[in-house]
Amino acid sequence: MLDRHAEHFPGPIHQPPLVANVDAIQPGVHAEHAYHPRLQHHFDDMEQQVEASTLGMWVFLVTEIMFFGGLFMAYLVYRWASPTGFQEASNHLNVTWGAVNTAVLICSSLTMALGVRAAQTSAPARTQVGWIVATMVLGAAFLGVKVIEYTDKFTHHLVPGPNFVWEGQYPAAAEIFYSLYFCMTGLHALHMIIGLGIMTVIAIMAWRGQFDSTYYTPVEVSGLYWHFVDIVWIFLFPLLYLIGYHYH
Amino acid sequence: MHGVVMVFFFLIPSIPAVLGNFLVPIMIGAKDLAFPRINLLSWYIYVLGGVFTLFAALSGGVDTGWTFYTPYSTAASNSHVMSAALGVFITGFSSILTGLNFIVTIHRMRAPGMTWFRLPLFIWAHYATSLIMILGTPVIAITVLMVAAERALHLGIFDPALGGDPVLFQHLFWFYSHPAVYIMILPAMGVISEIVQAFSRKNIFGYSFIAFSSLAIAVIGFFVWGHHLFVAGQSVYAGLIFSFISFLVAIPSAIKVFNWTATIYKGSVSLDSPMLYAFGFIGLFTIGGLTGLVLATMGIDIHVHDTYFVVAHFHYIMVGGAIMGYLGGLHYWWPKMTGKLYSEAWSKFSALIVFVGFNLTFFPQFIAGYIGMPRRYHAYPPEFQVLNVLSSAGASILAVGYIIPLIYFMYSLVAGEKAANDPWGSRGLEWEIPSPPPTENFTVTPVVTEGTHQYVHPSQEVGVA
Ligand SMILES: [Cu+2]
Repeated sequence: MLDRHAEHFPGPIHQPPLVANVDAIQPGVHAEHAYHPRLQHHFDDMEQQVEASTLGMWVFLVTEIMFFGGLFMAYLVYRWASPTGFQEASNHLNVTWGAVNTAVLICSSLTMALGVRAAQTSAPARTQVGWIVATMVLGAAFLGVKVIEYTDKFTHHLVPGPNFVWEGQYPAAAEIFYSLYFCMTGLHALHMIIGLGIMTVIAIMAWRGQFDSTYYTPVEVSGLYWHFVDIVWIFLFPLLYLIGYHYH
Repeated sequence: MHGVVMVFFFLIPSIPAVLGNFLVPIMIGAKDLAFPRINLLSWYIYVLGGVFTLFAALSGGVDTGWTFYTPYSTAASNSHVMSAALGVFITGFSSILTGLNFIVTIHRMRAPGMTWFRLPLFIWAHYATSLIMILGTPVIAITVLMVAAERALHLGIFDPALGGDPVLFQHLFWFYSHPAVYIMILPAMGVISEIVQAFSRKNIFGYSFIAFSSLAIAVIGFFVWGHHLFVAGQSVYAGLIFSFISFLVAIPSAIKVFNWTATIYKGSVSLDSPMLYAFGFIGLFTIGGLTGLVLATMGIDIHVHDTYFVVAHFHYIMVGGAIMGYLGGLHYWWPKMTGKLYSEAWSKFSALIVFVGFNLTFFPQFIAGYIGMPRRYHAYPPEFQVLNVLSSAGASILAVGYIIPLIYFMYSLVAGEKAANDPWGSRGLEWEIPSPPPTENFTVTPVVTEGTHQYVHPSQEVGVA
């Protein structure tokens, strides 16, 4: 049996402990301290908890960059393969709607940042909820515009597949372009919808008065996510809408 | 189907999920991973992905192989590509969340005194693995999503008939799937580093070299994917560069093998079952790694491409490496995880059976492949008959070697002797707490005073006059 293995080793197995406080490794009762009510049991203090949550969100955003990265890679390869075809295809996107949506999202980032600030400065629950709801309204407006644009593509047979019709010179490149357009903006819109879900939860928590200057991590990390989704759009807008702007 | 299940549902999660989730917090002196609920979520996600894949398997399987090469997978195959691809997509998120959890935990949850260079090498290996998980897995996720979109919605992305480029799929696929090999092997290397120290009763030779070689493997591993595309129409110059960078990975891998050997040298070696698996790992991984160099050489690869030589090579890494490491780790930490001791005689016997069965299964495949037997065919000319019979016989022996541990592990749960805190006489935080550990691992956060496996001379031990 296994405890016999100690005999293989030279000398007894009593090694000095690796820790300075032996009570840590001996089963016993918890010493209870006055902790912040939001501190989870496995963290030592609030600082460690905040750092862990924030780093967690940043790491998650790195994975998101790689996730969108696959699509950007496909875009890069096909645009490099047929630059003029992509310009021709891009020309059929509505730059005005795209620009409006860009403005809407930049504003939503501002309201989001103000919402985080309101929580950090222990502003009244009404103020916190107000900024978050404003962010959500702007996000919903963005999605509304997206619905208008998608409907327009459907009616003009610009959705790739058997019904795709292209009267320009580069039908193959245009079909790839619109495949990528729907994949990239669709994935982005999905992230917006998830963002609205997160903001709903945050708004409810804020309404219950759960955030103040000692505890605002959920607002802050959700804000990071929101800003990230905005930044993705900042890349999508020129790459999809503007490359054909001078092509007529 | 075999590949999908083995790669995505066994090899990738095995060590990180079974041993890592348990040991990472203990080894760094934390009460739990940073995000316990995300950890649970990643288990649910894994099960959900498994359900989709199981559905694909039970309803007739998928005939694309685990690589889902386009345009066959998107335009031609009429097997259950969609559910298998969705299974892979979903389970990818469990891998991402595990990696995220480990990275945050290792950065933020280390106990006071647990500096980076006191971390057990198992932790360094898991840190490197987690980096690949968070950087690589999202790419395979978006890639299979594009495959699904092309297959279901006829969006043209990879299918040349729709204007797409199938080689782009191969680039995106292997950008993840080559590093995924290191997701499978790095944790096993971490296990071996621990076992070699414990059973040689010596501190590791070249700690920082082993630690940084894990990171080097993770980083270099991201720049070698093109060695899977030597015959896929990739430019010769790209092939040359990928070939060269693939050779570079051999350096950190060799550093590990040499340092393990140097650790064992003049150690007080005891041949318990974990150590037997470690010996198996070192030998078989060396063979797998060296044949990897053969395959990374462009000229030779064109000769042996898609032959059984490749099959034998990656099974030496995956089965001879990753699974040996997993079994070794399971035997090493089983008393800690369950609080029970298993039969030592049977475990040594089964380690031997696994080693013999494995070699009999896969070594003949090197020869068969080298003399020209292609993979993915069920029929072959008569000259390959002997080699194939040997291989099949080996597989049966290997199966016996896997079933025996199943039996004595189960038996130990029911009737095994109770394990002491430190049945092997190892030194490490996990061996100082009870077996099995209490829910929060430590009563209070420990203050660490030195690194693991610092074995002192018998005369200096506590309680010895
Ligand atoms: Cu590879």
